[in-house]
Amino acid sequence: MSIDTTADAAATPDATQPWAELGLKADEYERIKEILGRRPTSSELAMYSVMWSEHCSYKSSKVHLKQFGDKKPETDVLLVGIGENAGVVDVGEGWAVTFKVESHNHPSYVEPYQGAATGIGGIVRDILTMGARPVAVMDPLRFGPADADDTQRVLPGVVAGIGGYGNCLGLPNIGGEIVFDSTYIGNPLVNALCVGVMKHDDIKLATATGEGNLVVLFGAKTGGDGIGGVSVLASETFDADGPAKRPSVQVGDPFTEKVLIECCLELFAEDLVVGIQDLGGAGISCATSELASNGDGGMHVVLDAVPLRDATLSPEEILMSESQERMCAVVEPALIDRFMEICAKWDIDASVIGVVNASDRLTIEWRGEKIVDVPPRTVAHEGPVYERPFHRPTGQDALQAATSSGLARPEGGEAIASTVLRMVGSPNLADKSWVTQQYDRYVLGNTASAMPEDAGIVRLDESTVRGVALATDCNGRFTMLDPYAGAQLALSEAYRNVAAVGAKPLAVTNCLNFGSPEDPEVMWQFAEAVRGLADACLELGVPVTGGNVSFYNQTGDTAILPTPVIGVLGVIDDVSTHLSHAIDADGLTLVLLGTSKDEFDGSEWAHVVHQHLGGLPPAVDLDAERRLADVLVEAARGGAVTAAHDVSDGGMVQTVIEMCLRGNRGARLTIEGDAFTALFSESVARAVVAVRDDQVAPLMTLAAGSGLPVSVIGSTGGDSLTVDAGADSFTLTLDGIRTAHTATLPALFDH
Amino acid sequence: MAPRVGVVTFPGSLDDRDAQRAVRLAGAEPVGLWHGDTDLHEVDAIVLPGGFSYGDYLRAGAIARFSPIMGPIVDAARGGLPVLGICNGFQILCESHLLPGALTRNDHLHFICRDQKLRIENTSSAFTSGFAAGQEIVIPLKNGEGAYIADERTLDELEASGRVVARYLELNPNGSRRDIAGISNEAGNVVGLMPHPEHAVEAGFGPSTDGLPFFTSVLTRLVNA
Amino acid sequence: MARVVVDVMLKPEILDPQGKAVGRAAERLGYEGITAVRQGKRFELQVDGPIDDAALARIRELAASLLANTVIEDFAVRIEEQ
Repeated sequence: MSIDTTADAAATPDATQPWAELGLKADEYERIKEILGRRPTSSELAMYSVMWSEHCSYKSSKVHLKQFGDKKPETDVLLVGIGENAGVVDVGEGWAVTFKVESHNHPSYVEPYQGAATGIGGIVRDILTMGARPVAVMDPLRFGPADADDTQRVLPGVVAGIGGYGNCLGLPNIGGEIVFDSTYIGNPLVNALCVGVMKHDDIKLATATGEGNLVVLFGAKTGGDGIGGVSVLASETFDADGPAKRPSVQVGDPFTEKVLIECCLELFAEDLVVGIQDLGGAGISCATSELASNGDGGMHVVLDAVPLRDATLSPEEILMSESQERMCAVVEPALIDRFMEICAKWDIDASVIGVVNASDRLTIEWRGEKIVDVPPRTVAHEGPVYERPFHRPTGQDALQAATSSGLARPEGGEAIASTVLRMVGSPNLADKSWVTQQYDRYVLGNTASAMPEDAGIVRLDESTVRGVALATDCNGRFTMLDPYAGAQLALSEAYRNVAAVGAKPLAVTNCLNFGSPEDPEVMWQFAEAVRGLADACLELGVPVTGGNVSFYNQTGDTAILPTPVIGVLGVIDDVSTHLSHAIDADGLTLVLLGTSKDEFDGSEWAHVVHQHLGGLPPAVDLDAERRLADVLVEAARGGAVTAAHDVSDGGMVQTVIEMCLRGNRGARLTIEGDAFTALFSESVARAVVAVRDDQVAPLMTLAAGSGLPVSVIGSTGGDSLTVDAGADSFTLTLDGIRTAHTATLPALFDH
Repeated sequence: MAPRVGVVTFPGSLDDRDAQRAVRLAGAEPVGLWHGDTDLHEVDAIVLPGGFSYGDYLRAGAIARFSPIMGPIVDAARGGLPVLGICNGFQILCESHLLPGALTRNDHLHFICRDQKLRIENTSSAFTSGFAAGQEIVIPLKNGEGAYIADERTLDELEASGRVVARYLELNPNGSRRDIAGISNEAGNVVGLMPHPEHAVEAGFGPSTDGLPFFTSVLTRLVNA
Repeated sequence: MARVVVDVMLKPEILDPQGKAVGRAAERLGYEGITAVRQGKRFELQVDGPIDDAALARIRELAASLLANTVIEDFAVRIEEQ
């Protein structure tokens, strides 16, 4: 096999190259030639093609994501902002927390188990790379209809993969979501979040500095997996015939990653690395170019030094391989022996593959010949920036005009009761234990709250009582109706969920799942959603610390509902004061904080009962969200409530039912006004709290102080849910509700 | 001087630090033992923790059981040293033949994590003397290969000699024969337990503190030795 | 070139839920007449030198102590031409 060297490239400018097959556009190919002053070698072409893919370069989203920096709220909690592997925030007492959510959608459609497993593997490495010990994961998941054949194929594999990888790494899964919607058939969304903990001075960055410092590749050997995964899979839509792109899926080994984590933490503890980068999408191409680009000089790499699992790989394949569980570190020569010793202790392959130099180029040699000679910034950070055209969809007006006001509502107690049972057993609202029981929630011994609670909470370390809380949310239907509002509603919900466990919301991550950016209507959804999110983050004072964009979630011409998943992180000073939504005593008073309005467009009720999507989502009210959050956080701190639960999908009745089932105790609600609205509406900025008699006055004072509307709605006790609402009154036994709620997923997925 | 309890770390062990914390909370000094060493550092008891040693490759515990540290541990156990194997540790004890039977894939084929009710049936073992006979407790269970199996003769013998240390109540989470959650050897110094007591020792971080007596029991034995 | 193959199967009396699941899946896919499925492991060992009785004896020892858990598994050793 002849090697395509830089000399060859200069000598044969007109050689045909497979730039289109590698996913590059004609103008991008021309630009590469301009940058290099010659045609690229086949290795350089491979590098540019993966690094300039949508997934790696964010070329379609950059111009919009800029808003997260431009509109950054005033805050002193941000220690590392957007642009690094993950954002880092100060959580007090010298502790820092890093967190991020990412997508692995397309591989999970092709190979559900490995796609999801490697999704977890990838995000965990991102967190590790920041210098932190990964301490928890979450999985926001979206599938086609629960009873669809393809969901039967995809969901069990995805859940098994997340559990299989996460459990084996020893990371507790503390929350997530499962959403079913026909829009995701053919395009499941597998987003994975990881959070890590460290001390302020442990923060590591992906920088190659220091002339003479060594570049070390360590972890698993490099093989042929996932070659071109990002460029091939994540940057193109599927064609309607299904998962044909089989060879590009990566296969993970969680045992190797667990050992890699322990090894890295020992390397960090002894301060042995100057910079570190994990190898994710685009493998070695990415790690070397990013390290060099971030640094102050250049880098020379000897590709022959890469430990290989498959000796037949070509240099292009080595550069593009997405073999999992690999890291790249920059190490001072004086420390390399100790570095190698620690790798050997953990039985981890490590090889010096390069050196930092004073040039401004990244050069790579293979069998003694130069095959890559590029300015690293052009590969890693100065990729194409597109200003994709976008316009409001032609159908948007009609969609917004088609409100839910004409849909038949249940009248009378019996009809409402049967609607309650139907809703509570519908796949999106049903009990998710079938899934969540497959995840270890206890490992590391710091989990204070996990699903189905509103937010997951982990204590930072056994030496402190401080903890962080996390929640992820998104309503794709709301976002379809109005992307600007939908993104704000997703942020509102996650923010509210974090406050509902008593934690103060601090920072935001996001995973923006959209269709093709080449479709101006999808691009409009994206632009609006980012604008909405940036504006809302500014108003609520919570900065975006980083995130991920997943485009091309569509099959043929049909894009998914725009799904900007928002993750919010909060801090709780004393984990023992956190709130749960279990009502654990009789005779507690149930109080609704906030106001319920008649707004059903895009609601779960309209979806389940009428399969209707149209109108405008519930009105956003960020000021009310902030006031509610302040009350909840203060109430938790001061012991003014016994239980709390946010109100969202399915409305207030779903909230109360979940509280009853969790505490195994009934309730009696008294409703004034329209029962249907009170029970099922999805208005924002609401929570239900349960209080003892002695807590009523303190709660009322807190609420009054914030100007938060408060109404007593009932009390706890008995073994039924009784609603007193005039002609709409009804009673349902807790057992009957529980059966409807818990039967759905096992019936669908147990074989 | 506080008793010293060794906690072994194999590549892939996950609940080793949690086991160390439990030992500490029980009032003993945890001593980290590395799988590659052969020195037991004169510990008074040993815990083989949960996790996925060697990724559960080949069979859970099958490779860990040949680690250098296991030679001395097997000898010491035969000599009466108290050894508690939790989850993966239980698997390693069976693979090492310190305990009879084997752990296989959960019958429903899924990993399961749940708060599991147990009955403690043997209170003379080194790790359960702190319980009352028949005491019911709730501690976390989390595994994919937790079905305890052995031939009928062995099962009958375990029952007859009172060596079933803990039994699943209300729900058998993995298909274990005779609902067995934990067993001991004849001398009572080696105990294998599938559920995780180390995750029920701190209020607010587990379903209960019912797991603590597993760690305090052995201290009583050591102090009285 | 010859190699030694060790097949490991669960003993007949041991419950094999994975085999059962595979059987059910085959049925769902429309393959009729498959009345039972049991799942096992196959190890392929490349060895230096001749595969004589001594070598096979050593491999049987390896199989009994590592490759199979003889409490619940049976194994069979054979030579295979590649």
